[in-house]
Order: sequence, then structure tokens, then C-alpha cells
Amino acid sequence: MTVAASKTQVPLSGLVGEILARLGDLVVEVHQCTHRRGIARIDPLRTIEAAERMLGMDGSRLATATGIEVRDGIDILYHWAFEPAGLVVTLKALAPRPGFEIASVANSVPAANWIEREMHDLLGVEFVGHPDMRRLILDDSWPKDLHPLRKDFDQILDRPPLPPNQTPPDVVGEGGGQK
Amino acid sequence: MSHRTVVNIGPYHPLQEEAEFYQLYVEGETVVDVDVRISYNHRGIEKLDESKTFDQVPFVVERVCGICSASHPLAYVQAVEEIAHVRVPERALYLRTIVNELERLHSHLLWVGLAGHFLGYNTVFMWAWKYREPVMDVLETATGSRVNYANCKIGGVRRDIDAEQLKHIDQVCSELVGPLEMLTKAVLDDPILHARLKKVGILTPQAVKLYGACGPTARGSGVPIDVRRDDPYAAYDRVDWKVITADGGDVFGKAVVRLLECFESAKIIRQCVRDMPAGEIDAKVEAIPPGEGVGHVEAPRGETFHYVRSDGSNRPVRHKIRAPSYNNVPTFKASCIGLQIPDVAITLASVDPCYSCTERMCVAVDAQSHKSLYNFADLVRLSQEKTERLRKER
Repeated sequence: MTVAASKTQVPLSGLVGEILARLGDLVVEVHQCTHRRGIARIDPLRTIEAAERMLGMDGSRLATATGIEVRDGIDILYHWAFEPAGLVVTLKALAPRPGFEIASVANSVPAANWIEREMHDLLGVEFVGHPDMRRLILDDSWPKDLHPLRKDFDQILDRPPLPPNQTPPDVVGEGGGQK
Repeated sequence: MSHRTVVNIGPYHPLQEEAEFYQLYVEGETVVDVDVRISYNHRGIEKLDESKTFDQVPFVVERVCGICSASHPLAYVQAVEEIAHVRVPERALYLRTIVNELERLHSHLLWVGLAGHFLGYNTVFMWAWKYREPVMDVLETATGSRVNYANCKIGGVRRDIDAEQLKHIDQVCSELVGPLEMLTKAVLDDPILHARLKKVGILTPQAVKLYGACGPTARGSGVPIDVRRDDPYAAYDRVDWKVITADGGDVFGKAVVRLLECFESAKIIRQCVRDMPAGEIDAKVEAIPPGEGVGHVEAPRGETFHYVRSDGSNRPVRHKIRAPSYNNVPTFKASCIGLQIPDVAITLASVDPCYSCTERMCVAVDAQSHKSLYNFADLVRLSQEKTERLRKER
């Protein structure tokens, strides 16, 4: 169930099945459909449409998103929680190598804003059209092409040197402003 | 348009346990925009977990947060139990419920106390923390520690609570109800607090949905979402309790939710003690098969979300952790705009973004006049002065 190697479709059933059915042809492949959990792969070119449809459903809430490095790129998993039904439906979309580009859903779903910035920092996913792609997790001085959550990043060997200690000229440090 | 100034709160600030940096863009006294920067203290726990075995991860994730140190391991073990299809013994479910509710009780009392302090009600602070202390004692009795309980493991819990300790827990919870009632009345019937907190920092139900807010932050806006009821785990579907909501979405609503939830927590714990089934406290778990699982738990601040992927080895391939404040903090973009500066301290505090004992902050100094802008003491002073002013006007 890790990558889309097997093309076996899981039959849709229950509330999770209804939600996945409402996404129609956006769903490429269904991996899991139990009475409270669903995992499905969606068309990576139509993530915004999928996010808008999910947000439009009753009781939906973007819990968070996860980025996972796989063979072909980075899988972005959008975890949608549904209340009061208590479901979690996960939609997967692949940001392919080598550019790891995928459309940002943050303009439609503000809840995705921070988590997309986080994935950009830690995994190097390029979210096209994100409204505010500043650093969120990493320091501004961190090297641009170094992504600490990638599998080939070694926590000890690849750690960059600390930046030089700098005080911006117009900000006085602790106690310095008390005149 | 008047002159726009930046007021810095943070990165190290007594309002929050973690280092967070709020920049308030103000025109005069009115906040027109908020920018939040986080992760000054990122510990890379998700990366670290990939190098730990499934059994070691609970001890790592309970250190994500000192207050939610029962919720994080529980969310993680539920995700793993979902992958491995583990049937957790009944007694373990009840024991998990007790520890998680004790955690909620102490966390909410902590918040009430600190909120009181920010508003200049130090009596509330003293009361709330006094009543929190027996809860901490009970947690120590039940788990052996006041924080980092090391209680959860895949398949059950690590430590049983014997009959005598259960009796002690029940007694403390029943003795807590009286003082809690007094405290709740004192807070909710106070006309000055009404004037101070009502219609301040309003978060609309629409904003709750857009920002994916959860926990008391959402319930204070009248959105009845609670993982304990919606996706029952532990023994929450076996006891009688109700989801507390409040209308208004203001700071007052969030305070009401937290105070009334304390009663529900005490109720849940007492029922668990009463109905505690006998039997095993853990199930034997063989190897974790390949697969992916989701575990979410209602922590004191809202939904804690964990995603685990296994490839059949003894370590998780990926472990995603999302703590509730991660979704609640961006709601300031919706709730702080248009507020006066004295109201911001309590609005930021109202989602309970974890407090701190770190008494440091960055002071921004006006480059021309060399006069420092607000520091934290000023913010608390402004907040307390406003309460005082309202009190005198009455």
C-alpha cells in the first residue's frame, strides 16, 4: 500500500465511500476504505479542485497534510477530518521529481498555508501559487537546497555550520533599549 | 491613514511556552494585521522518530509538549494500533481515559489561572493553581510523574492503577467539584470580566472552518467538534458526558468552555473509576505490518493528529505530528484584527498557545527617538489597567 504499484481498487462503502464518490473522476485510485478511514490517490494536476470540493462538504476540516519522500517524488497527503461523523479521509497527490512541483491549495483553504510552508522548508516541495512562501520552520540563514526531512539528509553529517552572530542595526538587544 | 507601527511580541515571551514571534501591525492603538513566525526551537522530532523503533517513539513524542504528554503518545499508539489491528484490553482503555482527563483538568486550570493574571485578577490565578495542585498529585500517584507520564504503549498502558489509588483519584475529583463551582461562578458572574472579555477577539464559525481550528478554540465559537465524541477512542463512548460549546467566539466563550469542561472531566474520571473493569492492561503486539494509520486525540487545546506509515520494519518510515496550536495560532489573523493593544495579550492567550516561564523578549526601539516600544510588562500593565478602568467606571 506504500506506492501506487498495485492497481487493485478497493470497493467504496459507507460514509467514506460516499465522500470519495463525490470527488468523481478526481480520484485515481482508492487504497483504503473502511468505515472511518479512507485513503485515495487523486489527480495531482487537480488538487485545488479536490480541496475546494472537500472544503465545501458538510463538517469537513483540513486536519493537516503530510509529505513523504517516495521513489517518484514526494507524496503530499491531505488529511481531511469530518465531524461529527468522525472520519479521516486522506487524499494523496504526487509532487514528481526532479522539481517536486505541485499546485498550492492555500488560496482556497487557509488551513493549508502553514503546513505547505513547512513542507517547502523540510522537504523542498515547490507549491506553485502559494500566497506567502517565506520560511516557517527553518531559519532564514539555512542553505537553500538542504531539506532536513529528506531521507538522504544525515542529522550529524549534513548539518550546516551556524550562521555568524548578527544584530540588525536598528534593533537593540535585551536591556539595550531601556534608556 | 495614520502611521503604521510594528509591535513585537516574542520570540521569547511569557505568554507562550514555545518561542513564537508575533508582529502586530498597529495604527494608533488598533491592530491592523498580525504576522506569526514559529519554530525558533524546532527539535526535529519527526526526523528523530524515523530512527527509533515503534516501541521507543511514545517516549519521544510525549516530550513534544510537557502539558499534552498523555495525548501525543496516545495519538501515536492509536495510529500504530490501527495499522496492526490491535485489540486493546478494556481496562487499558479506561486507564488511558483517566490519565487523559486528568491532563485536561490540570491544563484548563493552568490556563484559567494565567488568564486571570493577564487581566489583573491575581486571586483567580492563586485559586486556580491551588486547585490544580491536587490534580498534579493524582497524576503523580497514577503514573509516577507530574509530567512525561510514560503511560502509553502500543497495545495498552504500562502501569496499572490499583484499587486504593483509584479511590484516592475519585476522592480528589469529588472534592474538586465544590471549589471549581466557586471559581467558575466567581469568574463567569463578574461584571467587569464580562465587560473585558465579551466581544473581544471574535472568531466566527466560518473562520474556524477555513483555518481548521479545533478544541476549545472552535467550541468557543459554537462549533461542536470534539474527537472524544466524534471518533471515540479509549473509553469515551462508554461514559456519560457532553461536549461543551459557547456562542460568541470571543475570549469569554473560550473561558466558559474551558471552565465547564473541567466539570465534565471530573465526571468522566469518576465514572471510569466506578466502572473500571478487571483484567489485562496490555495486549501482546507482534511485528507491525506495512500500512498507514491515523490517530487523533482530543488534547486540552484541541485535536492532536498523528500519521504513521510502516513498511514492515521495526521503525516508522514516516511519523507526522500535528499539535493543536499549529491550527489554532493562525486564527489570530481573523480574531486580532481591529483590536486594541491591551486586548491582544488576552486574545493571544485565549487559544492557550502554551505558556512559559521565560521572562525575556525582544524590545523594538524607535530608530529616531530611541524610545522603546511596548515590552511584555507594558502589555500586561496595559491589560491590567484597562480592567482597573472598567472596574472604576462601574
